[in-house]
Amino acid sequence: MLQVAQKTDDYLSRFAQVEARLAGDGAALLPIRKKAIERFAQLGFPTTRDEDWRFTNVAPIARTAFEAATGDGEAVEAQQLATSALLQADWPRLVFVNGYVAPQLSSVGELPGGVRLESLAAVAHADPEALQQHLARHADYQDHPFTALNTAFMEDGAYVHIPKGVYLKQPIHLVFVSTADAGSVISHPRNLIVAETGSQATIIESYLGLGDGVYFTNAVTEIVVGENAVIDHYKVGREAEQAYHVGTTQIYQDRSSNASSHAITIGGALVRNDINTVLDGEGAQCTLNGLYLVSGRQHVDNHLRVEHAKPHCDSREFFKGVLDGHGKAVFTGRIIVRKDAQKTDAKQTNMNLLLSDHAQVDTKPQLEIFADDVKCTHGATIGQIDENAMFYLRSRGLSEPAARGLMVYAFASEAIDRIQPQPLRAQLRQTLFDWLPEGHRLQDAR
Amino acid sequence: MLEIRNLHASVEGHEILKGVDLTVNAGELHSIMGPNGSGKSTLAQVLAGRDTYEVTQGEVLYEGRNLLEMAPDERARAGVFMAFQYPVEIPGVNTAYFLRAALNAIRKHRGLEELDAADFLDWVKDKMKLVDMDEALLNRSINEGFSGGEKKRGEILQMAVLEPKLAIMDETDSGLDIDALKIVAKGVNTLRSADRAIIVITHYQRILDYIVPDFVHVLVDGQIVRSGGKELAIELEEKGYAGVEQKNAATESIAS
Repeated sequence: MLQVAQKTDDYLSRFAQVEARLAGDGAALLPIRKKAIERFAQLGFPTTRDEDWRFTNVAPIARTAFEAATGDGEAVEAQQLATSALLQADWPRLVFVNGYVAPQLSSVGELPGGVRLESLAAVAHADPEALQQHLARHADYQDHPFTALNTAFMEDGAYVHIPKGVYLKQPIHLVFVSTADAGSVISHPRNLIVAETGSQATIIESYLGLGDGVYFTNAVTEIVVGENAVIDHYKVGREAEQAYHVGTTQIYQDRSSNASSHAITIGGALVRNDINTVLDGEGAQCTLNGLYLVSGRQHVDNHLRVEHAKPHCDSREFFKGVLDGHGKAVFTGRIIVRKDAQKTDAKQTNMNLLLSDHAQVDTKPQLEIFADDVKCTHGATIGQIDENAMFYLRSRGLSEPAARGLMVYAFASEAIDRIQPQPLRAQLRQTLFDWLPEGHRLQDAR
Repeated sequence: MLEIRNLHASVEGHEILKGVDLTVNAGELHSIMGPNGSGKSTLAQVLAGRDTYEVTQGEVLYEGRNLLEMAPDERARAGVFMAFQYPVEIPGVNTAYFLRAALNAIRKHRGLEELDAADFLDWVKDKMKLVDMDEALLNRSINEGFSGGEKKRGEILQMAVLEPKLAIMDETDSGLDIDALKIVAKGVNTLRSADRAIIVITHYQRILDYIVPDFVHVLVDGQIVRSGGKELAIELEEKGYAGVEQKNAATESIAS
């Protein structure tokens, strides 16, 4: 405990430097930063005694002395990103290296209808008023220590603004690259996405690691979906083998809005995704999808919180996981239905496929219902490959690994099929093939 | 092609097959009949390589090789096919993809070129006509949501696609209406050939109105108690298994 407390102090003492350095980026942010760091000082790092962190031990993060990342985006060349980052020529993109925008890797191009896609740091410096209304107003730093930490230290990330009624056809791609080779580096990417009334856009966040060192990505994304607006959000986690990733996707939804979130986790040693949405207008709908492929000694925790605050809102959660080796996964699906939120229709599904006797899943629905006319269903399964099906496939000539691969593919592809942007879907299908035993043979046969 | 010698098999310590002897040559169609619980399906599953059954004694030679030492997929690639009594539903696995993967695994083993998607489609379309199946089924998950008759016809389709040397039909006729039964029988009859052996395992004599066997064997309590020509099936129909068994016991006592 003492050690952990010391590490908290490290962040507190570092804040003083950051405070001085960031004083220029608009006075508006400083009070929020101060409140956040004070709150972090009170909360400290969570432990497994905290209900929200019961199955995820963040001690490895707490006890590592991370160095603050510096903006060394020059060190990365586009070539290095080509294979894993899915750099589509016609997708507007911002690339961040160790948390800071790398203009030479980014390509915003011409955006229609006054859409803004800019570095958050640049906006904070030049146009801080743009951030006033929403930044740090949605992602809760009172109860979430990592969000508090991010809010205190946030510097760069993406600011996306979709004006009223604008439909952005091409997905916006936000790429977060970490380059840790030696030393342990921390970054606090912070994104703010605001979709005004009646607008529509797709946002893809990709996290990837190029080096094989230890690093920690502590990300927060706030998404505001205005009345009747549509936002499809994808978060693709391909962090490096030794990486830690804690990230919050905080969605706020107005009347008749429609939001979808897809959290795909493939890499990282310890990954925690908090995906929260507040359905704060009648007739709002959200779909939270996810897929996690966990192997080796990876630990992946998806923590969902859907708050039905107004009547006639629908929420759908659909998370699937495949676990191999000594992999561990956690799924928590909290659904809160406020007193006024009559006619809520909430559905939650979490399905897990275990490929090894050593893999482990903790899955937990958490329903808190204060209205009396609602429909809430939840279901969780943890299973192994059906031996009858395996025998059937093998009795037709498929080898054991091919049959097994086919079964896993069939299980996971249901989640991949839900991904709309075709290049992303194709890339993730490829990733799945790479991950599967004998996946290449499956792929050849397709 | 297939020689079964003194085959004993158990499941969870329960002996089900108690010394089965059977020789099947290429070009022959054998029917194995027997009451419920006689070990018919166990025999089929053991031949296909199901590991829930433990072979405790005896041997099975397939084309001179020890069949029992081969993995289920090895057997399939070597030309053994079992039509399942209860075909398995596999959600998410596309039927066309599965069939092509299976066919190509077998073709590769036989030293033939693997078929691409287009060639496979031509190949399978002809076979689908044989069993009167809608091509739309190819794009569905394996057996998922298929009716009982569709599943059984699907098994015949797979057999037609994979062109086995030894086909074992495990109660493919059970639960079929007469139209589906005729389609299954037509499929089996079309596949009869001089270099292929077929074993039709059945509980009912009815299918033998449409498929004429060269040999009929009666399996009771884990042993083949009588063997004969197609007329044995008719005798069974008239006298039932009990009658046939008794006659067998009488024959044995005279012999001893």
